[in-house]
Amino acid sequence: MNRPEVLNALSLELMKKLVAQLEAYDDDPNIYAILLSGSEKVFAAGADIKDMADASTFEMYNRKQFARWERIKKISKPIVAAISGYALGGGCELAMHCDIIVASETAKFGQPEINIGVMPGAGGTQRLTRAVGKAVAMDVVLSGRFLSAREALSAGLVSRVVPKENFFDEALRIAHELAKKPPLALRLAKESVLKAHEMSLSDGLEYERKLFYMLFATEDQKEGMQAFIEKRRPEFKGK
Amino acid sequence: MAAEYETIQYEVRDAVCTITLNRPEVYNAFNEAMTAELLLAFKAAERDTSIRALIITGAGKAFCSGQDLKSLKDNYVDGYVPVLGERLRKGYNPMILKMRSMEKPIIAAVNGVAAGAGCSLALAADLRIMAESATLIEVFVHVGLIPDCGSTYTLPRLVGMGKAFELCAMGDKVSAKEALRLGLANRVVADDAVAGQAEEWARQLAILPTKAIGLTKRLLNQAFDHSLEQQLEAEAFVQRTAGETADHFEGVRAFIEKRKPEFHGK
Repeated sequence: MNRPEVLNALSLELMKKLVAQLEAYDDDPNIYAILLSGSEKVFAAGADIKDMADASTFEMYNRKQFARWERIKKISKPIVAAISGYALGGGCELAMHCDIIVASETAKFGQPEINIGVMPGAGGTQRLTRAVGKAVAMDVVLSGRFLSAREALSAGLVSRVVPKENFFDEALRIAHELAKKPPLALRLAKESVLKAHEMSLSDGLEYERKLFYMLFATEDQKEGMQAFIEKRRPEFKGK
Repeated sequence: MAAEYETIQYEVRDAVCTITLNRPEVYNAFNEAMTAELLLAFKAAERDTSIRALIITGAGKAFCSGQDLKSLKDNYVDGYVPVLGERLRKGYNPMILKMRSMEKPIIAAVNGVAAGAGCSLALAADLRIMAESATLIEVFVHVGLIPDCGSTYTLPRLVGMGKAFELCAMGDKVSAKEALRLGLANRVVADDAVAGQAEEWARQLAILPTKAIGLTKRLLNQAFDHSLEQQLEAEAFVQRTAGETADHFEGVRAFIEKRKPEFHGK
């Protein structure tokens, strides 16, 4: 994301382009993992307020801007987020759409929408609560306070924290690692993890099992298990 | 080059920035203005890429006598309940945090008494050079307070738990000689030599690889909070960054070519 003069405010236009690009990468057979980042100073400091300030209820409804965000949820390839500096409001919500977050020590997460007279509208109350639990989510959403990278790590919002000079390269390294994994297994595993918050445990377990069985139709499963048995490195073909 | 402050002096010369507490008439006691200006000064020094080392010192006889209690004389009447936490959060803590986090070496040239918050200020620096007759006092206990401005963090890390507790609980004066013995002071020199020696030391630091020194400061700051594994991992990440600096390249080349290296702090 590259709108440094407005701290990468997520305007309608930026989101349109971002979602279109994510979908293009998802359709591209040569791409196996996606990396999303901002700059060292800021990931994204929120939605573009100027875009919204004067809108009426039905103008907001008809823009369907958050419906566009739903399409990010449908991206089947793993998305690694490289986050440094501020990930606030929409920026934090965008981060939570990603699969693995690599945060720089300087990263700050928050949902400060309360301070401008609204509340999170793109998943900030839903995803955050599921990620960090009610106590921390309520504190963050109601008080507008920020979580430091270390706090985000302890709370379960991000899974890795690295020095600010290394966050991008580390995220890139992880994305490359993911790109070498069997793509179909990656895709189904991601889908399964995402389902966990949407289903009961017994339904979720059944869903997981079906996806697990599906992978036995792939060559990569045969290769992966055979290589393990033969104590050699597997060579995945992506089918 | 000097910047305009009222309670401090800010001078930059040859990559060294000297910040002088400048309220000698009250032994450089802290007031709101001075903590605010110190924070601005440290921020400015952090941003200025030409600055590669800092000295913090006091004008006149004292280094810093801590919070200005006399100025609070009118507050302490019957029924008064001080709200000290907010004062720390707003005024002092950001300054101490900035000193510890800015990735440039800071020498405290302790020219005279460093008491209370003044002592904490000296301890928040990376290095301390003390005048022979200078003293450090965690005087807080004598007014029924805890040692703030980071003393409860920096002191045990410098002298260990036992001595830290003793110095804080008793609030005794620590002479420069004792400070040296304890490791609270790095060097002790004659009273009239402190300024000169601090400058000389800062100049030596200023021509060393600033990035490596700054990154070392960062890692040392983390050392007590990490396991060995975590620290080794942190070192791996940071060394990668250090390895990408021009000063690293220059250092190795100079070594191979058997010549003196020229470090530019990049």
